[in-house]
Amino acid sequence: MNLDAKIPSGPMAQKWGKHQFDLKLVNPANKRKYEVIVVGSGLAGASAAATLAELGYNVKCFCFQDSPRRAHSIAAQGGINAAKNYQNDGDSVHRLFYDTVKGGDYRSREANVHRLAQVSVNIIDQCAAQGVPFAREYGGLLANRSFGGAQVSRTFYARGQTGQQLLLGAYSSLSRQIGLGKVQMFPRTEMLDVVLVDGHAKGIVVRDMVSGEISRHSAHAVVLATGGYGNAFFLSTNAMGSNVTASFRAYKRGAAFANPCYTQIHPTCIPVSGEHQSKLTLMSESLRNDGRVWVPKSQAVAEKIRKGELKASDVAEGDRDYYLERKYPSFGNLVPRDVASRNAKEACDEGRGVVGSGLGVYLDFEDAIGRLGESAVRERYGNLFDMYEKITGSNAYKNPMTIFPAVHYTMGGLWVDYNLMSNVPGLYVVGEANFSDHGANRLGASALMQGLADGYFVLPYTIGQYLAEVGPDDRPSVEGSEFAGAEEKVRGQIDQMLSIKGKRTPTSFHRELGQIMWDKCGMARNKAGLEEAIKKIPELRAEFWDNLNVPGENGSLNQSLEHAGRVADFLEFGELMCRDALQREESCGGHFREEHQTPEGEAKRDDENFSFVGAWEYKGENQTPELHKENLVYEEVKMTQRSYK
Amino acid sequence: MDLKLKVWRQDNAGDVGRFEEYQARDISPDMSFLEMLDVVNEGLIGSGKEPIAFDSDCREGICGSCSMVINGTAHGGQKGTTACQLHMRHFSDGMTITIEPWRATAFPVHRDLVVDRTAFDRIQQKGGFISVRTGSVPDANAIPVSKDESDLAMDAAQCIGCGACVAACKNASAMLFVAAKISHLSLVPQGQPERERRALAMVKQMDDEGFGNCTVTGSCEAVCPKEISLDFIARMNREYGRALIKKGTV
Repeated sequence: MNLDAKIPSGPMAQKWGKHQFDLKLVNPANKRKYEVIVVGSGLAGASAAATLAELGYNVKCFCFQDSPRRAHSIAAQGGINAAKNYQNDGDSVHRLFYDTVKGGDYRSREANVHRLAQVSVNIIDQCAAQGVPFAREYGGLLANRSFGGAQVSRTFYARGQTGQQLLLGAYSSLSRQIGLGKVQMFPRTEMLDVVLVDGHAKGIVVRDMVSGEISRHSAHAVVLATGGYGNAFFLSTNAMGSNVTASFRAYKRGAAFANPCYTQIHPTCIPVSGEHQSKLTLMSESLRNDGRVWVPKSQAVAEKIRKGELKASDVAEGDRDYYLERKYPSFGNLVPRDVASRNAKEACDEGRGVVGSGLGVYLDFEDAIGRLGESAVRERYGNLFDMYEKITGSNAYKNPMTIFPAVHYTMGGLWVDYNLMSNVPGLYVVGEANFSDHGANRLGASALMQGLADGYFVLPYTIGQYLAEVGPDDRPSVEGSEFAGAEEKVRGQIDQMLSIKGKRTPTSFHRELGQIMWDKCGMARNKAGLEEAIKKIPELRAEFWDNLNVPGENGSLNQSLEHAGRVADFLEFGELMCRDALQREESCGGHFREEHQTPEGEAKRDDENFSFVGAWEYKGENQTPELHKENLVYEEVKMTQRSYK
Repeated sequence: MDLKLKVWRQDNAGDVGRFEEYQARDISPDMSFLEMLDVVNEGLIGSGKEPIAFDSDCREGICGSCSMVINGTAHGGQKGTTACQLHMRHFSDGMTITIEPWRATAFPVHRDLVVDRTAFDRIQQKGGFISVRTGSVPDANAIPVSKDESDLAMDAAQCIGCGACVAACKNASAMLFVAAKISHLSLVPQGQPERERRALAMVKQMDDEGFGNCTVTGSCEAVCPKEISLDFIARMNREYGRALIKKGTV
């Protein structure tokens, strides 16, 4: 397998500019002779589809939601980073680049990250021109805030709904192109296979989720913008429909899957309330700017709280353990996400959790309310406090919130080179679905940045090179044997799932897989646990194919069938995540191996042996996949141990 | 708690549809309304029946997917709350709950509670944008925007496009939805060059889709999960009138 990252030569700051000049161009009159398929309509997909259409290409865009406006990018709350330095506080492209590489625990590709920081400034211009109502100062200029522990204020935001407003901006550009006839939109349509012709990605097979019709679509190139795989854990902050199917089926067709074990656990989510829980809700981590995290010092007190015999307010100041402030005096409650999450788990593992299940810690605003007054706290976080009360029924102005970490974002994804092309020629991967920019840990307000960078400013340039090389005639007919074979495979799987008529629902398998993943491949992992998971998951998969119950038929809207197909993929993909976590004998970013920690319990990287991207190659049904390595070379940033003490 | 559900079941757009009754047992007050339906659906599958189809995705009140009329009110009647954020602690043991899809000519039913809202997308495609090409834009701070106007634009831009306004309206009018978009873009300086074309084109498409007219009863505002103000409809009417005058048709 060829994992040539194709990083341009020359000094870091000049690589992208030089590369843009070196890339081949497609003649404007020829662009209309090309078709590009974009799967997914979130920030990366919608921005890519709109921009490619503006350039003159013909685009087909697919999404499983009923409208492209509903992709899960919409749920991002906090903001988007950009190295504008509008605050005159010392920010620069280089600083954003440096922070992102460091925050990713030195497991991202430097050149990609530098380009991300460079184009971040264009994103804000683009979105402001689309009419995105960013927060502003009274002088009419854009407001910024600091976010996620950054030491500069580089985050742009639109109240607590930044993802929504940016997505609606991209959706508006996409809508314009749909209206102009340059983009053909296929909502409620799910991609079920990617079709390779002579080793190049030339089309997809999809299912219309209303009629059940299976159809084939060919193009000159295929772009996957299908998001992350957090729902492998069943419970996550992802939307109900978020899935790994498009990426995973591309993997089964030969695309390498990079760093699947890198998952980000967000520290401030609302704890699980019971067996019925369908998903978890994130509370913006901006809450940690004023909230103080604590648990009781003693297990006995915690137990009384869990039983409802004591309330938080009954615990005297001296009996509380503000563990983040105690252990990390310089960053305190603002330590990065992975550190905050692990410490919450540790406190609960010690029996000091404060909700019924034992899995929850306090996030307390009593001090902030005393210092600033309730109205000031309401102004900053009112919508979050309201959301908290809707879900839990508890008033966080009076009682501390309870929070617990939850799976939130996945840094791993399909392997791509500097051009965002996977190892399969013609198959591009953008946004959360690729692996390239966040290393082992993503910084706050960087997901929106990456999705839009890829879609607006990177892919539209780099895809031109491939299209120019293959020429406008290289679009096969959908009648070819490759398409027929892919369709047959898709139909075969659907028929099989419908015919088992066993006893268990797709949800019950998904929930059981999620529990294995959370226990063995969650916030802290170890060899024995991962090996156990690698044994258990195939057993569960075997039961799935033997005892699944999907009611109804293919020829109509059938949500159980949709879910079953996604669970089938998670049941294979979960095993791959565990294999990757097992091979990575170090701790880095969101990947914490219990065997590899400092005496103080901090993550211990092994740069000598693990400074590589782990890219997995599919080897066939029930075969062990093969690990390939792309070595990471750091020219610009010196690797150091992260410290937030 | 135990509840009785009366749920609208309809196999496809052509089916006449009917109510069916189900028991929802051992429902925890901490469940969301949709989690309660998840539990009922698991039971239905177990007993060999097809589960109730309904749209939902983010379950955080922001994607706008969920869409059901609960006891006669779109999203169930808790102020500023989507069905996915409505929790069972607001219901009591033994209650009967009636659940229906959005009902409007412009929103045909796909199945059960799932409706086709692509009419909203088509309205957006006619003018719900500012025509900028990627890259050909000035620096973001080159055009100052007054904070007050930007905040007001944000109040409108918060619309999640769920369609509750249409479902609540006796005329199945989409005026609140369209007004939110027209207002948002007419309030920011970047939106000025296309201000008139946008108002005329979006209103025309709204009418062509078969949405009804507005008689200002305010039921849309009452159910809107983002509490979009009726004032925006007045603003849209002004924008529309202004555009007609500028065009010289009035």
